[in-house]
Amino acid sequence: MNILSGNRPGALPLTLLLIVVVGCLALAPFLFPGTRALDTAAKICIFILLAASYDLTLGYGGIVSFAHTMFFGLGAYGVALMLDHLGRGWLPMIGGAAAGAAAAAALAFVIALFSLRVRAIFFAMITLAVASAMAVLVSQLSGLTGGEDGLNYQIPRELTPAFRIGKLFDVTVNGKILNYYLVFAGCTVLFLLLLRIVSSPFGRVLEAIRENDFRAEAIGYPVLRYRAAATCISAAVAALAGALYAIWLRYVGPGTTLSMEIMIDILLMVVIGGMGTMYGAILGATLFVLAQTYLQDLMGAGAEALSAVPLAARLLDPDRWLLWLGVLFILSVYFFPTGVVGRLRAMAARSARST
Amino acid sequence: MPDPVLETRGLTIRFGGHVAVDHVSCAFMPGELTAIVGPNGAGKTTYFNIISGQLPASEGNVLLRGEDITRLPASERTRRGIGRAFQLTNLFPALSVFENVRLAVQAKAGRGMRFLSMASAHRSLAARAEAVLEEVRLTRLAGQPVSALSHGDQRKLEVALLIALEPSVFMFDEPTAGMSVDEAPVVLDLIARLKAEGGHTILLVEHKLSVIRSLADRIIVLHNGALAADGPPAEVMASAVVQEAYLGQELADV
Repeated sequence: MNILSGNRPGALPLTLLLIVVVGCLALAPFLFPGTRALDTAAKICIFILLAASYDLTLGYGGIVSFAHTMFFGLGAYGVALMLDHLGRGWLPMIGGAAAGAAAAAALAFVIALFSLRVRAIFFAMITLAVASAMAVLVSQLSGLTGGEDGLNYQIPRELTPAFRIGKLFDVTVNGKILNYYLVFAGCTVLFLLLLRIVSSPFGRVLEAIRENDFRAEAIGYPVLRYRAAATCISAAVAALAGALYAIWLRYVGPGTTLSMEIMIDILLMVVIGGMGTMYGAILGATLFVLAQTYLQDLMGAGAEALSAVPLAARLLDPDRWLLWLGVLFILSVYFFPTGVVGRLRAMAARSARST
Repeated sequence: MPDPVLETRGLTIRFGGHVAVDHVSCAFMPGELTAIVGPNGAGKTTYFNIISGQLPASEGNVLLRGEDITRLPASERTRRGIGRAFQLTNLFPALSVFENVRLAVQAKAGRGMRFLSMASAHRSLAARAEAVLEEVRLTRLAGQPVSALSHGDQRKLEVALLIALEPSVFMFDEPTAGMSVDEAPVVLDLIARLKAEGGHTILLVEHKLSVIRSLADRIIVLHNGALAADGPPAEVMASAVVQEAYLGQELADV
């Protein structure tokens, strides 16, 4: 079986980079021991999947939606509510994920039906409005959702640090590591599924619609139906990413799943990585989460080292990390308008021509 | 006499107060090639757009094999056999020439909603796409993105997409517009071959009278959106209405 669905990275440096990232993620518990590193690795996995599902609509379908965190949140809250109300167990956990995904797909279908007919800008506005309404609803229904405080709940014992198995390469293998591998495996399978979908006849039609929706309709593809299907698939996958996040964090709140900030993050991950490439989501999400997590530390170290230089030390003060994150994004979008993947592929194509 | 494949009854479209197509009633027979002529702005392309579903009719009906398709979306009309090539080239610019044709073949086969198979695994579609490219002499450019093609080659690809759809009604809107003298025959030969195959209903908007003479079984003339003349080529070309409609424009350059 062709696991990459015939969809190859297409450039040697890109392939190597992807192998390094995926290899590091696969062996994260053994390569980078420590709670914080493992948390970061899990977050990277989940955001790769989330960004990839967003790329299906944005990069392949040319559909701009701001409701992606809403779908992400539906999956997370599905798991959280089930585990909170029915108690810890595998069945409520899986049931919650399935219910969240189904709800996300259904809601995406309704939004698509009502608003994909209209111009792209109106569709974007409608998704923004629905997502904001959902965020308000979740924070107001505090009896059910815990409001702004969110929900804490118990996950099956086998996935918690209390469940110990033994030692492997000097690392204590416990439920937390099993939990990590659940996240990793879930994200891998769903990512490969997305990769399959973009290489399928359906995925090709999506690209055609992005290129010229008028002609796609004229050669016999009902554009609305294809866009609706893409939105539903993307929403369901985002919800499953949310479910994995809820299982990993054992906590769900509006700030971790529904906020507009996360929406902007996903958008940036896809754009920085490269739209319409799928592999861009891997690089974009990895770079982004790493910068978000470690830039502050790096700057702290930098400020320390430069403490003798008056202005530089103040510029590198860890409190200014958001400023520098912003500068990094502006630079990356400026220098890589087609994303990291687009840039690497273009370089490979150039060197192939010159030889 | 056989039943018409395509028929328009009182077909009308208004843009505000302007009537662009004015109660045009016309029936198109199987195996017949009809040339649609008229000065610029006479409503030829608009008439096409209403038939193939790009514009909604204000009044009147479009019938395909007796069935009313006036309210159907463009994609559904294409699925039922109305194929259209556009006057202004209208392709998928970033995709390869091959992929453009393959998409049309895939649409015809009704395989767009397959999510889990690989597009490249549908070998029969690829083979058909290659055959169509061969027909329009574009095989050597198959791997190029459309945006890299010359105008003439893009026009050929436009026709290739229509052929790939295997429609029962072929609608060509000035298929050779802007093509060089060397390139135009490829497209005209194709249309002639389609006609020779028989059974296809072909509608052709064309300005060059030499082309119309050699290909058309029938000419209809649109003038200010209304049907001004309809009949065999020799008869229509001789009529006073046409002389007036054209005001010596195209008839002069015979």
